[in-house]
Amino acid sequence: MSHPDDTTVHLDIDADVLVVGGGPAGTWAAVKAAEAGARVVLVDKGYCGSSGATAAAGTGVWYVPPVAGERESAKASRESLGGHLADRRWMDRVLDETWARVPELEEHGYPFPVDDETGLPIRTSLQGPDYMKRQRQRVARAGVRILDHSPVLELLVDDDGAVVGAHGLRRQAAERYRVRAGATVLASGGCAFLSRTLGCNVDTGDGYLYAAEAGAELSGMEFSNSYSIAPAGTSVTKSAFYHWATFYRADGTVLEGAGSQRGRSVIARTLLDEPVFCRIDRLDDDLKQLLPTLQPNFFQPFVKLGVDPFTDLFPVTLILEGTVRGTGGLRIVDDSCATSVPGLFAAGDAATRQEICGAFTGGGSHNAAWAISSGVWAGTGAADHALALKATARTRPARGAGTVGLRPTGRPGPVDEHRDVVATVQGEVMPYDKNLFRTDPGLRASLTVLDDAWDRARSSLLGVGKDAYRAREAAAMVATARWMYRSGLVRTETRGMHKRDDFPQLDPEQHHRILSGGLDEVWTAIEPLGWTVPPPTAAPALAGAAR
Amino acid sequence: MIEVISGERCIDCDLCVKVCPTDVFDAVEGDHPVIARQGDCQTCFLCEAYCPVDAMFVAPTTDPLPIGSNLLDERWLVDADLLGGYRRDLGWNKGAAPTAGRDPAGRFLASMHGDPGPIRLPPPAPYRSLSELS
Repeated sequence: MSHPDDTTVHLDIDADVLVVGGGPAGTWAAVKAAEAGARVVLVDKGYCGSSGATAAAGTGVWYVPPVAGERESAKASRESLGGHLADRRWMDRVLDETWARVPELEEHGYPFPVDDETGLPIRTSLQGPDYMKRQRQRVARAGVRILDHSPVLELLVDDDGAVVGAHGLRRQAAERYRVRAGATVLASGGCAFLSRTLGCNVDTGDGYLYAAEAGAELSGMEFSNSYSIAPAGTSVTKSAFYHWATFYRADGTVLEGAGSQRGRSVIARTLLDEPVFCRIDRLDDDLKQLLPTLQPNFFQPFVKLGVDPFTDLFPVTLILEGTVRGTGGLRIVDDSCATSVPGLFAAGDAATRQEICGAFTGGGSHNAAWAISSGVWAGTGAADHALALKATARTRPARGAGTVGLRPTGRPGPVDEHRDVVATVQGEVMPYDKNLFRTDPGLRASLTVLDDAWDRARSSLLGVGKDAYRAREAAAMVATARWMYRSGLVRTETRGMHKRDDFPQLDPEQHHRILSGGLDEVWTAIEPLGWTVPPPTAAPALAGAAR
Repeated sequence: MIEVISGERCIDCDLCVKVCPTDVFDAVEGDHPVIARQGDCQTCFLCEAYCPVDAMFVAPTTDPLPIGSNLLDERWLVDADLLGGYRRDLGWNKGAAPTAGRDPAGRFLASMHGDPGPIRLPPPAPYRSLSELS
C-alpha cells in the first residue's frame, strides 16, 4: 500500500464539465462548454499554453472555403492515401466547423498575416506558441478554472459506470485533487512514447488508458506508427521543409527513392544499416528568405549548431510520433464526440482521426482542424450532458477506476520501476523493423514482451509522491502498445501508414475499422463501414484501354 | 535540452518553473530557479520563448552536451548572439510584433505541393564529421 498521507485529497472541486488537457482541443472544448453555461475546470499535466504538440510547433489548418470545387479536392486529396477509411460526412462537418471557428481566433487577437494583393487575412496556418498563448487567455477570460501541472491519475465512475470526474496530482506540491463533474472531456493528446519528438513528451496515451479503464473502446490503433524526420540527435520533427531536401549517403551519393512524403520507408530501411544525410538544396533563394519566420523552431538546431541546412549535409533520423501523427485513438460514437461511456467525451488526438484521415497521418492541418472541431463538439456536448443532469451529478457515488500503476495487486516495486517499464515499451515500439515494417512473427514477439510487462506492472508498479503520474504514464504506454500491435496483427494487409511486410498489398476485403480495448485481456473487433470504396476513375480506365 | 540559466540575467521571476510543460525547473527561495530534472526536458524551446530577460539556453540536442562544449559557456553564447534568438524569431521580444503576423504561409504552402524542382547545388563532398557541432 502507499503512504496514507500520499493520497489525501487536498483540493476538492465541483464542476459541470471537466476538461483534461490544455492543448488546442482542450481549450476549444473548455471555451465552448463555458459559453454553453457550464462551470468548467481545465486540468493540464503541464501548462495550458505550452503543453503538447501544437504549442511547441506551428501548423497548417485544413481551412477551405465553402466553394464546391475547393472542398471537393480537399476531401479527395487524402482519400486514397487514407485507404478510403475516412468518412465524407465527417469531412464535411469538420470543414464547415473549422471554417466557422477559425475567424474567432482573430477576434481574440491572433495576428493572421494579411495577403498583400487581396488585403484579406491568410488563415491557413498557425504559429504554435502564439496560438496557444492566446487560447489560454481565452479560456481564462471565459471563466474557466485552470489547474496547471495537474496530471489526472484516474477517472471516477459511479455505480452505473458513468464517468463523474477525475482524481489527480498537483505535481509541484505533491498533493492530490479531485474534480466531481457531470461530464468529462478527454483532450489529453495521443501517445508518442516519450520519444522527445517536438513538444510531445506530455503525450503518453494517458487518456486512452483512463477511458479504457472506464470501459471505452479504441479505434484504428494499427495506424499508430508515424515517424517524422529530424536532424539526428535533436527534437525538431518539423517536416515541411524536407519537401525541398535531397537525401544522401555518407559518401555524398544521392539516396535514390528517399523523400519526405513518399520515400520515408527508404530512409528508415537505410537507417537500419547506415546513417542518412540531408541537404535542403532544391529551394530557390526567394523562398529561403521567408523561412525563418515561417517556422522559427525549424531553424533552432541549425542556428545553434552552426549548420547551414541549405549547403551543408546534416545527419537525419526518424522519430516515433505514434498516434500523435497517427490516426488511432478513442472511438467516438456520435456527432458530439461522445465515447460509449456515459459522461465521457473525447477530442483532438485523444480521439481517433480516421473520420477525416482514414489510415494515413492526421498530422498537421487535418489534426489542427480536427482539434478545433472535435473540441467545439465535445465541449458543447459535455455541457449539454452535464446541465441536463443538474444536481444529481454531485450526489452520485464515485469510485476510482484506475488500475496499473495506481493499485498494484501485489507487493509494490521500487519507486523508479516506471523507468524500466518505459524502457521495455520503447524497445518494442521505437525500432523501425518492429513498428514501421510489421510482420506477424514480429508483432507476436513484441506482444509477448508487452503482455508480460503489463502483468508485472499490474502486480508491482506504483507511483509515489510527485512522481505518482509517471507510473500511470508507463502503464498507459504499455496499454497503448498492446492495442496497437493487437490491432496491427489482425489487419493482414498494407493500408495507409500500417505496413505489413508479409502482406504488402491493400486487401479490398478489409475495408473496415478495427476496434480494440480491454486491459488484462486485450480484444479486437471489426467494425464495418457504411460506405464502399468509389470505383476508380479516369487514370486506371486509360491504363486498361492502353492494354 | 536546457543547459543554461544565466545567473547574470535571471531576475528570479520563476516563469520558467510555471510554463515548462515537463516540470524541469524548481523555484528556489531568494535565488534563481534551478534545472532540477534535466532528463525530463523535451527540447521544446518554450522556456526560452517565455523568459522575459533572455536568460535561458536550450541546446537543440536531446542528450546533455559534452563537458567543454561552447554551448555550455554563457560568455560564448552571449558573444555568438544565441541567447534570446528564438524569442526574437517569434517576435516576442520587447517592442516587437509577433512574426506570426507576417507569416508568408499562403505563398509558401502553395509551393509545397508538386515538384520540388532540381537540386540547385553541385553534389556534396563526402560527409566527414559533425564533431564541431557540439
